[in-house]
Amino acid sequence: MSTVDYSEDLGDPIRGPSALSGDPRRFWHLTYTVARTEFKLRFYGSVLGYLWTLMRPLLLFGVLDVVYSLGKLGGYDSRYPAMLLSGVVMYTFFLEATGGAVSCVVDRENFVRKIQFPRLAIPLAVVLTAIFNLCANCLAIAVFIFIDGVRPRIEWIELPFIFVALAVFAAGCAMLLSALYVRFRDIRPIWDVICQVLFYISLILIPIERIYSKSTTLLHLWMLNPLADLMQQFRAALLGPVQPPHPGLPPDPSGSFSAAEAIGGYAHLMIPIGICVFITVFGFWIFNRSAPHIADNL
Amino acid sequence: MHTLKERALHPLRRSGHHTFRALENISLEVKKGEFFGIVGRNGSGKSTLLKCLAGIYSPDTGKIWIRGRMSPFIELGVGFNPDLAARDNVVLNGIMLGLSPREARARYAHVIEFAELEEFQELKLKNYSSGMQVRLAFSVAIQVDADVLLVDEVLAVGDASFSQKCFDVFNRLRDEGTTIVLVTHDMGAVNRFCHRAVLLEHGEIVGQGEPEQVANQYLELNFNRDAPELSTGAERTGNGAARIIDVWCEAADGSQPAMYLQGQELRLCARVEFVEEAVDPGLTVEFENAHRVVALIASTAVEHERSGRFAIGEEAVFSVEFTNVLAPGRYFLIVTISRLGRGLEILDRSARETSVVVQGSVAQGGVVDLPIRAVIERAPALGRRRVQV
Repeated sequence: MSTVDYSEDLGDPIRGPSALSGDPRRFWHLTYTVARTEFKLRFYGSVLGYLWTLMRPLLLFGVLDVVYSLGKLGGYDSRYPAMLLSGVVMYTFFLEATGGAVSCVVDRENFVRKIQFPRLAIPLAVVLTAIFNLCANCLAIAVFIFIDGVRPRIEWIELPFIFVALAVFAAGCAMLLSALYVRFRDIRPIWDVICQVLFYISLILIPIERIYSKSTTLLHLWMLNPLADLMQQFRAALLGPVQPPHPGLPPDPSGSFSAAEAIGGYAHLMIPIGICVFITVFGFWIFNRSAPHIADNL
Repeated sequence: MHTLKERALHPLRRSGHHTFRALENISLEVKKGEFFGIVGRNGSGKSTLLKCLAGIYSPDTGKIWIRGRMSPFIELGVGFNPDLAARDNVVLNGIMLGLSPREARARYAHVIEFAELEEFQELKLKNYSSGMQVRLAFSVAIQVDADVLLVDEVLAVGDASFSQKCFDVFNRLRDEGTTIVLVTHDMGAVNRFCHRAVLLEHGEIVGQGEPEQVANQYLELNFNRDAPELSTGAERTGNGAARIIDVWCEAADGSQPAMYLQGQELRLCARVEFVEEAVDPGLTVEFENAHRVVALIASTAVEHERSGRFAIGEEAVFSVEFTNVLAPGRYFLIVTISRLGRGLEILDRSARETSVVVQGSVAQGGVVDLPIRAVIERAPALGRRRVQV
């Protein structure tokens, strides 16, 4: 193609689609509107509406609690149900955000092919919808643990930060998955399997003291999973140290493990944090790279 | 190749990419305030070009510049959700098109008024008729104030009165100095609105300039390509006393263009070989249009009823000539050689074996377009002459 001299002012070049471009306010409006609509529509036409948002994790929790209390998995910690519930709620959020994001770009083909907008708004809207649900679910946790006898603690200040970390991690996965899914439809079954595995290795069912009592090394390895760290940190902040069943006994240290203690020090904690940061940055990088061609590749 | 399984099963197959160049070597400039048309056949790259302009696709090479705010109407009602009522959808769609939520809500009243859907505001979108949905979508789209509008064939929406309203809006926007780029198949719209147009074929610009000229070029391109493929329902009848060897059309100067311009002289000729002796044979040509309506019949019998005696084996060329008043389109010819004996005796009749394409940019909508003289007189002049009733 011949080179043309465009020295005169032609205005702004049209850059084509990208992950993040243009007005950040527009980006936010888009993300928020899409997420809100999605949230509103989820239980459209159902009699109980938003209550179903609460019902799902609560039912899962109820079933698990019954099953596992029969197996005495919870040990002597009377707050096993509260731990289980918080784990289930956080896991539900992660599953929703990432599982929903896998095919989101492909599902919204009509947007992608018809209008110009920052492409990143699509996966982030999915994550945002999941955040709305998480907020609703947190109310359920709050009510439950209040009934269970847990009282507000100063450590609760940590909780929002843990949620933010979880949301960032989920958003990283969402960006990665949605960008890859455009080219490889295998991502869907692969991710389903991974999520199932994550359910069992993220300290949702199995209390940390079980692993701790087996081997410290195992626990350290176990805690390399960023989700396990987030779960553990969340519970430690939410519930505090475990009280012994009888007043005379020393408190069980494992129940109040912070993530750093469980993995064996702050230095080790850098590994799951690193994984988390890596996936997020890598996810953004991949999405950003593929964004200009998403419309062509659909 | 979308899954790993396919990849594993066909390891040697290069991932099935055929490079298809949708657009190549396009260079054009649209001036501020211009109404610019992009026309072309299906798959010629019009929509791809428009999407490149809209920033939905990015070109592999080359650059595009714009000055001002742009609003694409590539598709109406992006983001519309059938389960939501009009208000939510208007806000949603407005935000998609680049309004802020506050602006979108503020303009809701205008939108619903323009769409003439005041009575149906509370209804869920899925209960709207498709025409109502399109009206709503169009009304949102024109609320987005932009210096440059990109429009992809959305002019013909809704019923007749709404469609008129849309035309009015485009006219108004044009007069207000909005730059409009329109992709369309409707040559009428190109002629009526555009200041300038460009014709694409196989991703390249093949014509650019005056809308009328581009529209004609487009029509020519269209009919040339389709010609041999049409199933014509050709049939041959007659008693075999004569044989039509060849039928052709020509312009006044004897040339045979691909299409014949309206308003010019058209001559239709048939070469006939006589198998038996024939007395006073005549040629009749019927022009049958796409609706299988005979638009015109031309015959030699009117002027030359007594055409004389033709011997066995003799060949003759019969022709009819007239000013082409046929409406633009394709006409199939029914050519008959007949003779007045006892009743009408058909010697040979060739139906729909040949066709002719008429081109013209001002189709009034009738079967033929005759030269019309129009007069408009103002009322006072009439009033003086008229007696009160």
